[in-house]
Amino acid sequence: MSPQDIAPDAPAKVTDHLLILEAGRAERHYWLDLWRYRELFVILAWRDLAVRYKQTVIGVAWAVVRPFLTMLIFTFIFGRVAKLHSDGAAPYSIMVFAGLMPWTLFSSILSEASASLVSNTNLIGKIYFPRLIIPSATIVVALVDFAITFGLLVAMMVWFRFAPDWRILFLPLFIVLGVLASLGPALFITALNVKYRDFRYIIPFLVQLGTYVSPVGFSSSVVPAQWRLFYSLNPVVGVIDGFRWCLLGGQSQLYLPGFGLSVAVVAGFLWIGVAYFRATERTFADLL
Amino acid sequence: MATNDDIVIRAEGLGKKYTIGHTAERQRYVALRDVMARGVRNLQRSAMDLIRGRPMVVGDEVEEFWALRDVNFEIKRGEVVGVIGRNGAGKSTLLKILSRITEPSEGRASIHGRVASLLEVGTGFHPELTGRENIYLNGAILGMSRAEIKAKFDEIVAFAEVEKFLDTPVKRYSSGMYVRLAFAVAAHLEPEILVVDEVLAVGDGAFQQKCLGKMGEIAGKGRTILFVSHNMSTIQALCDSAILLSHGRILLNGDTADVIRKYIDGAQSIGSLRDITSLIENLPHDPIFRLRRFDVLQDEQSTLNVLSGKPVDILFDYDILGEVRDLIITFLLYDTDGSLLFESFHNGDSEISPLTHPGRYVSCCRIPSDFLAPRTYELRINAAIHRVRDCIPQPSEINLRLNVTGTGRVNSAYPGYNTPGRLAPLLRWDTVVTVSK
Repeated sequence: MSPQDIAPDAPAKVTDHLLILEAGRAERHYWLDLWRYRELFVILAWRDLAVRYKQTVIGVAWAVVRPFLTMLIFTFIFGRVAKLHSDGAAPYSIMVFAGLMPWTLFSSILSEASASLVSNTNLIGKIYFPRLIIPSATIVVALVDFAITFGLLVAMMVWFRFAPDWRILFLPLFIVLGVLASLGPALFITALNVKYRDFRYIIPFLVQLGTYVSPVGFSSSVVPAQWRLFYSLNPVVGVIDGFRWCLLGGQSQLYLPGFGLSVAVVAGFLWIGVAYFRATERTFADLL
Repeated sequence: MATNDDIVIRAEGLGKKYTIGHTAERQRYVALRDVMARGVRNLQRSAMDLIRGRPMVVGDEVEEFWALRDVNFEIKRGEVVGVIGRNGAGKSTLLKILSRITEPSEGRASIHGRVASLLEVGTGFHPELTGRENIYLNGAILGMSRAEIKAKFDEIVAFAEVEKFLDTPVKRYSSGMYVRLAFAVAAHLEPEILVVDEVLAVGDGAFQQKCLGKMGEIAGKGRTILFVSHNMSTIQALCDSAILLSHGRILLNGDTADVIRKYIDGAQSIGSLRDITSLIENLPHDPIFRLRRFDVLQDEQSTLNVLSGKPVDILFDYDILGEVRDLIITFLLYDTDGSLLFESFHNGDSEISPLTHPGRYVSCCRIPSDFLAPRTYELRINAAIHRVRDCIPQPSEINLRLNVTGTGRVNSAYPGYNTPGRLAPLLRWDTVVTVSK
């Protein structure tokens, strides 16, 4: 259905739109349909944003407080207590924060998206739209939070008198990579979560584990060289390394074989996620 | 002359299958070993389902269930078609398939034109958002573009009569305001094909009238409407033709009046009155009272689907096996939400209950015509010896669903008006002119 084709108060227009509904008929115009529903995507993302901080006392400040406190704790534990080294001459706290930003982006998309379908049950049972819209709309919320934490990073750089160089121009690319890295597993788990609610218990565990397995509180250069490639199987490693390469003004080196591997893993996960989501999408309304 | 091009919806052999699971009959003795074995079996099956990507089914036995089967029909451009049938007949499943929410398991449907479906009022309304925000949200969900909503915004607000509360979160709205706002958005949808489930069953009468008027207006513009309702007078007033579904199949498709007649007539042969015989036989033995037969009658026909314009007889046929004092035969009428509307005793309001001698008795109560409202009730019965015991254990399993179709005086005055009252007695009024001018 494409509302923009219908002028208000005009008599029913004869369109050539023909829709055939059949068992197992894959939606041929799936991506076109997704484009037609872009307004719904925008409005759902806007709804999630609008609702997010209603009835909270400090509102948007939550998006600043949480990463800031995490950064302080990680700097203290990994930098002071464990005495791990930073990337080059970059202040340890900025190095941590440059890793925390993509990690927060990744983990919030993963957890928000995987819960999104179940919490929008009423929509799915009553109205048709490409279901991909719902988990994807959560990306927007995560990106807005990301933008706020980016402001915090700028403030920290001013405080430490630490300036990034031309590499920062590549940051948007790595943001996209971060979103794609989270979207693949998120879609896969979202679809599984519709059928098997066990997965909602797995996500918080996965996120907690990931915070320590991924190079958030430390630089991935502390990982022994022979393990570095294996370590890069974790797709977040590539994203975090990329962020540090962009933001730390040449203090952080990009380990290219590892980065390539991470990107390949991201692509693989994305393919699995989208394929599985699309294969099960048709049955969501029957299962929820 | 209807050409092929005029057909906007064509269903061919449409069917929808669900898999349901249920627990096997309980064994008399439950051994821990059996429970564990069953647990392992279930886990094994869940794991297999997980691997094969099948939906998980709870229960020991898995059964296939066709909610819709072999459904064929054609709808022409500009037609308003009513879909009727009892609960579980497959009406909602049909609408869900046509609005693409769920996929058919067999057959196919071709739809020529863009469909908007209205299966619920206020889909996606968010309580934290304001009235204004919810209009945009709900409009977008129903398939309106932002520009379209903007163009109709004032009209929607005026229709809903909520101007003053536009910037109040809808969680602070009264339920009436909430429903009005939700309706208002939906009423301004103007797709080529509109699929509407029983959404007009809420809201107050005056507002319902307004909505029906709006629907008629939309239909007048040559848009095709598929409309589900339990309210026969609404179907009669709005629809050119109707489809009667029963147990997932089409029973009749044609002229509205014929289909409604078939629905009301057909209702008499089916219904749980047949099942009641076995329920009565299974009642525990009572030394004094034995129920032989319980019946609900209209026009001397045994039925649970009655017309409000005719009286309904509630009949008890029973044996008294010994002398007894204070025996009370009762029926109780409940609303479907479980609230008691009234109860009635066979000895009326007599203070001293007479001595009842052994023998066979028939007690019959007549509910007058134009008394019940067009809705569904629950009818329960009791026989008790006052302050001694219930002769039919309570709460009784004999719990009948009484469907009332509005036909009488109360409803015929304004077709399409569905009284929100739980009862609709036709009461006597006297109006006299006291001062003439």
